[in-house]
Amino acid sequence: MQQPVQATPAGTPEPALVLEARDIVKRFGDREALRGVTLEAARGELVAIIGPNGAGKTTLLSILAGIQRADSGSVSRPPGEIGWVPQQAAVYSKLTVAENLRLFARLEKVPDVEGTVERMLVQTGLEERRNDPVSQLSGGNKQRVNIAVGLLSEPEVLLLDEPSAALDPRQRERLWEFVLELAAHGTTVIYATHNVLEVERHAGQVLVLADGERLFAGSPRQLEQIVGARELDFEEAFVAFLRQQGH
Amino acid sequence: MRWLLLKDLQILRRSPLLVSLLVLYPIVIAVLIGFAISRGPDKPRVAFLNEVPPAASVLDLNGQKIDVSKYGQQVFSRIDPVHVSSEKEAIAKVKSGAVLAALIIPADLTQKLESGTGPADVRVYYNAEDPVKARFVQDTIKAEVQDANTALTKQFTKIALNYLNLISKGGDISIFGKSFNVLGLEKAQGIVQAAQAGLPRNDPLRAQLGQVANFARLARDNLNLSNGVLDAVGTPIRANQTILNGSTTPLDAFGVAIAVTVSLMFVTLLLASGILALEREENAFSRLVRGLVSRTGLLVEKVGLAALCSIAVSLLMLAGIALFVSLEWGRFPLWIVALVFGAFGFGAMGVAIGGITREVRAASLLAFMVGLPMAFLALVPSGSVSSGLYDFIRVISALFPFKPTLDALNSALNSSGSIGLPLVHLAILTLAFGLIARVSLRRFA
Repeated sequence: MQQPVQATPAGTPEPALVLEARDIVKRFGDREALRGVTLEAARGELVAIIGPNGAGKTTLLSILAGIQRADSGSVSRPPGEIGWVPQQAAVYSKLTVAENLRLFARLEKVPDVEGTVERMLVQTGLEERRNDPVSQLSGGNKQRVNIAVGLLSEPEVLLLDEPSAALDPRQRERLWEFVLELAAHGTTVIYATHNVLEVERHAGQVLVLADGERLFAGSPRQLEQIVGARELDFEEAFVAFLRQQGH
Repeated sequence: MRWLLLKDLQILRRSPLLVSLLVLYPIVIAVLIGFAISRGPDKPRVAFLNEVPPAASVLDLNGQKIDVSKYGQQVFSRIDPVHVSSEKEAIAKVKSGAVLAALIIPADLTQKLESGTGPADVRVYYNAEDPVKARFVQDTIKAEVQDANTALTKQFTKIALNYLNLISKGGDISIFGKSFNVLGLEKAQGIVQAAQAGLPRNDPLRAQLGQVANFARLARDNLNLSNGVLDAVGTPIRANQTILNGSTTPLDAFGVAIAVTVSLMFVTLLLASGILALEREENAFSRLVRGLVSRTGLLVEKVGLAALCSIAVSLLMLAGIALFVSLEWGRFPLWIVALVFGAFGFGAMGVAIGGITREVRAASLLAFMVGLPMAFLALVPSGSVSSGLYDFIRVISALFPFKPTLDALNSALNSSGSIGLPLVHLAILTLAFGLIARVSLRRFA
């Protein structure tokens, strides 16, 4: 097993960590889905988790979200303090936007249900669609409702599993505007993606997983530098890095 | 959990077509099954032609008159007669399928009966293209002829007994319009004994008259036994019935219990399995179980919702049935107990199906695929299959909630058997299926 590449710029002050997952191991029968993966995320940081299919990205997010239990390792925050946005919109299509938000706000035991619902409708720009059943929304708006539900308890950390997978470019752009605004207001966003461009453009930190192993943790630029090919774009650099690491 | 329950009710309210189908379809199926099981075939339509002239319908057996047409009316209690004017018309109706069969009473029926030289014949026509129909007609007609024979035999027996009584005790009899006095054995014995007493002690005739008097006494004694003998000839075998298992629940009342159980089963199974699978189809399951609701809590909510809805549907159904069938409303608390236990048993099975299948359509399909055989197996009567197969069927039926729910409802509705054992059975099944459902949720997300 190769040692993971840890890229931390020299002389930079250590940011305050809001989430720290250490040595996470997860097995499914004989198969080891995660092999001692560690992740650290600072306040307001955008952390991208990338890797080939079956690398363990969703498994890692599921463990951070409390959906699955790790066989060993630790997570610094309980699941209740972490917002979770699954890849597919996890909302009820027969209910309206407002009813979905109200239901989950009640289940989250949010103190001011109606106030929180109103705030999330404004924040996601869905005030005018509040009474529309979710089934009538576009993919982008569904994803907004999905994210809004994840933000109801005002978590400091938000987990997004391939948030733009089913969106067209315009919807994707609007989604990222929204996510970047969240990060700008101090929410730490950890997202798994196959879209390397979204990593290059938005991520402050990139975590590369392959076969359940953490291969790299650092900025996208540092990943390019490690590969050492200046003329390569980020996607080519990522593929070259995987090859270097034997994947 | 309260909010989840309200959410599910809200979703159901917004799916009127689904809810209508979910409620109406099981009710229709349940009522059909209930009717099919509780009712035999209706009175068959049979073309009927009585060629016996009205004047000749009275049978005269040496002065004793029997109105044969009275026995014809008995036949009509089991068939729906379609009166025809000729044998040709009767045959045409059978051929066209307008009637199931034709029954012709020939004009010489009473003459043949009066002559006593042999049995009188009636003619029956039917189509035998369908073996089931043929068997049904054969059995119905055979039963009717048997009933008529029994009734006539009773009359003949009565007449024969009158004759025997006449021989024994004496009296008047009218034959061919002329009256005769029959001495009878009793009087004959008296006369002989008086004549014997008047003879000298050593007269040889005295002993001979004694023999005649003895014969008359013995003959009278044996004729007194003939009443029972002739009765036995009329009905040689009588069934003395003793119920060993089950109860004497009327067929209609049992049909109600079956219909309600089938309805309860389908509504609960489909709702519980579908609404749990919906949580996964909507991708909401993983969001819910990360601290908002426990997995067990989620199952309890689904079972509770399905039970609530199915009990409401079942009670409505019972109220509707009560318009046509007499139900004991005084036993209402027991109805509720049986319905609650049954609904929870089916609900637990439903969430197990939903947990295993993980898709609404697959869950609905599996619920139907398991539900119908489960119901039919529970209704297989003993003796209809080999004992080994019947034992196997009983074991399989015991693994599902249909049979104990039917037993509990039959007990609650019809005071048939104990309700305690089926309730305990249902409680055990609820826990077992709940456990299966809980285990299935491990790989549900």
